[in-house]
Amino acid sequence: MSETITLKIDGREITVPQGTTILDAAAQLGIEIPVICYHPHLTANGLCRVCSVDVGWRVQAAACVTQCANGMNVETHSEDVCRGRRTILEMLAATVELAEAPEILALLQEYEADESRFAAGERRTAPIHDDNPFYIRDYNQCINCWRCVQVCAEDAQYTFALSFDGRGFHTQIGTFMNKGMTDTTCVFCGQCVGVCPTGALKPKRQLLLEQGWDPDSIFEATRRKRKKT
Amino acid sequence: MTTEPIDLTLLEPVLQRYHGRRRDALLPLLHEAQAVYGWLPETVQEAVSKTLRVPLADIHGVIEFYTMFYNRPMARTVVRICEDVACQLAGCEAIHKAVSEKLGLQHGEMSEDGAIAYERVPCLGMCEHAPNALYGDKPAGDLTVTAVDDFLAGTYPEPAAKIYGEPKLKLFRVGQMDPLSLDDYLAHEGYVGLQNAMQHTPEEIIQWMDASNILGRGGAMFPVGNKWKFTRAAPGTPAQKHIIANCDESEPGTFKDRGLMEEDPFSLVEAMTLAAYVVGAENGWIFIRGEYPRSHKRLLNAVEKARAAGYLGKNILGRAGFHFDIEVRLGAGAYICGEETALFEAIEGKRGFPRIKPPFPTTHGLFHQPTAINNVETLVAALAVARIGWEAWAAYGTDDSKGTKWFCLSGHVNRPGLYELPFGVTVRELIEMGGGVKDGRAIQAVLVGGAAGRFLSPAELDYPLTYASSRNHAFPIGSGVVMVIDDQTDMRHTLYHLAHFFAHESCGKCFPCQIGTQRQMEILHHINHNGGPQPGDKERLLDVGFTMTETSLCGLGQTAAAAIVSAINLWPELVE
Repeated sequence: MSETITLKIDGREITVPQGTTILDAAAQLGIEIPVICYHPHLTANGLCRVCSVDVGWRVQAAACVTQCANGMNVETHSEDVCRGRRTILEMLAATVELAEAPEILALLQEYEADESRFAAGERRTAPIHDDNPFYIRDYNQCINCWRCVQVCAEDAQYTFALSFDGRGFHTQIGTFMNKGMTDTTCVFCGQCVGVCPTGALKPKRQLLLEQGWDPDSIFEATRRKRKKT
Repeated sequence: MTTEPIDLTLLEPVLQRYHGRRRDALLPLLHEAQAVYGWLPETVQEAVSKTLRVPLADIHGVIEFYTMFYNRPMARTVVRICEDVACQLAGCEAIHKAVSEKLGLQHGEMSEDGAIAYERVPCLGMCEHAPNALYGDKPAGDLTVTAVDDFLAGTYPEPAAKIYGEPKLKLFRVGQMDPLSLDDYLAHEGYVGLQNAMQHTPEEIIQWMDASNILGRGGAMFPVGNKWKFTRAAPGTPAQKHIIANCDESEPGTFKDRGLMEEDPFSLVEAMTLAAYVVGAENGWIFIRGEYPRSHKRLLNAVEKARAAGYLGKNILGRAGFHFDIEVRLGAGAYICGEETALFEAIEGKRGFPRIKPPFPTTHGLFHQPTAINNVETLVAALAVARIGWEAWAAYGTDDSKGTKWFCLSGHVNRPGLYELPFGVTVRELIEMGGGVKDGRAIQAVLVGGAAGRFLSPAELDYPLTYASSRNHAFPIGSGVVMVIDDQTDMRHTLYHLAHFFAHESCGKCFPCQIGTQRQMEILHHINHNGGPQPGDKERLLDVGFTMTETSLCGLGQTAAAAIVSAINLWPELVE
């Protein structure tokens, strides 16, 4: 595409090819817009909304999915933009366990989010699913970024082992009738574990090492003896 | 309930009919399968998966999304009693208590013999009949505790229409004809509008629409002329374009489209055919919420009869090459599917997650093809213009807001109902037409525009209901909701129920709405139930409200705090 777009981001002019997102254009200027759900190799769905910026519209726009337009005047860190980001982070911190999500923890600090502000609210909890030798699923740490669902489906693997339980606040990643992974179409490719931004999906070996197991015991516990014929 | 083995042979005749169809047949097939078993057992889901070639996980996700699909054993008859704002104002908790005690069931439970189940449900769109309920497919209104026995026996009479106002440009057939009879429809100026329109080019009709200034009546106020123009201009053949009637009316306080669909369903079929003629589209879809069984039946009947008589199908009204047909789709309990892109997802057999816009439906709608999706009242307004001419239409209303509007008057008024009135009537005049406030009480507040609208104080009742007035006084016309709240009402209770609705209906896609609707509800819950507000509650509510409004992905989240924030602005002491 030859057509270009010229716009201003935080007062600085930039010209980009048509179709460029605000997130990418800002990055070219060295302006970092925070993201949580966004992953450069996956379909952007605009879920977490912490990348929301002011583009002079009726409401803010998610930078990861909004394309640059001629004459656009983007504010990436205005007071209102930061108010929204801080509130999303505060609400998220009161919803799920973020101890193993260092990037989100850094954002909480950067935006001076008060993690205790909504602490009286319900947390989204779930039992830990330890149903296969390869990885565990701890949805107490799941932020619903959809990355695992996407890599399992059209974004990569076309395996379709994952979908959702529930709706609204009570949405969680789920399998067909809550079956363990070995009873689903999962092929244990590991891509979901690779893209998980928190500790929700974790290699079982890593978990056991963290718990102080030594490699030999882990081998004993997780591998079946090869059948000799 | 014993866990009897599931006899899959019962499903075979259904599956036969769906063989070779694709994912977009998922919701209809799940409805049919559930009609066979009363719920959707695992083996049935597997059979559905094989037939439509949809992944099992996706079928699971869809069933989990829609509250009227069950992947656990469920009774044949589900008693659904509304728990939302208008019914709360009418004292619905007494009905809930009586039904719950009589059946010995809590919300979501079914009787031991598996015959009956009881649910508290969001707004059933029968606010003029509050408190209201569904006994299976049978609607019931103006329930009283003494009527609960009849209601649970299935012998309580169905509610009769409460439709008022003048001039009835869109509702003139109500009460004058049998809503099931095409002949009767034809005897009452049926298809006059379409025949008039077909004497003119689509471009001329778009000019009529522009001159009539018909804005989207679902609440988004998009000009119908532009929507049809853009869809007509979008690349694609008529076989690749769609007309959708958005019949997923679910905004608490809103019941206007139900009135039309129940009493004059043929006019919606004709109005959609008019839209098809103007846009150049061959595919029509009616997507109707699962909680409107009576509208669903009557629309199905209307579509079938229109098709049998040649009003749908090939070469309509003898015009060579004018082909158009309509498929009726039933939702399954998800307010979000009234959001146009979520509605597309639902027809396509997916969870009702709204899409990112742009691209817009006029170029990338259903199946990512050009789609004109309109509210029921919008379509019928366009048909009225085609029938009487835009000059006659524009003679009513104001310069800025031409013609008539349907208003849903509910709450503490003597004569709640659907009122068709010219734009320009004031809120106070409308309430007076409705017989004034019940028991002669004073007004504390009026909720206008819907649950996503705003509260007016008693000092604001002389605002005219027009688009200009709505801009000047910062209130939405929305879906035409005017809900009267008397001075005896605990506003905190009302705010909590509004918040509860949005938390229940958030789809869970974007973070601010998914979590924000929950936090908003929790704060209002403890203000309401645990001894009033605590320090910081007001700031928390305003931050959550601001964040949902500014950063949510779709209109649900963007308006989920609107009414609540408006109440905080008017009466800060409620949360301080």
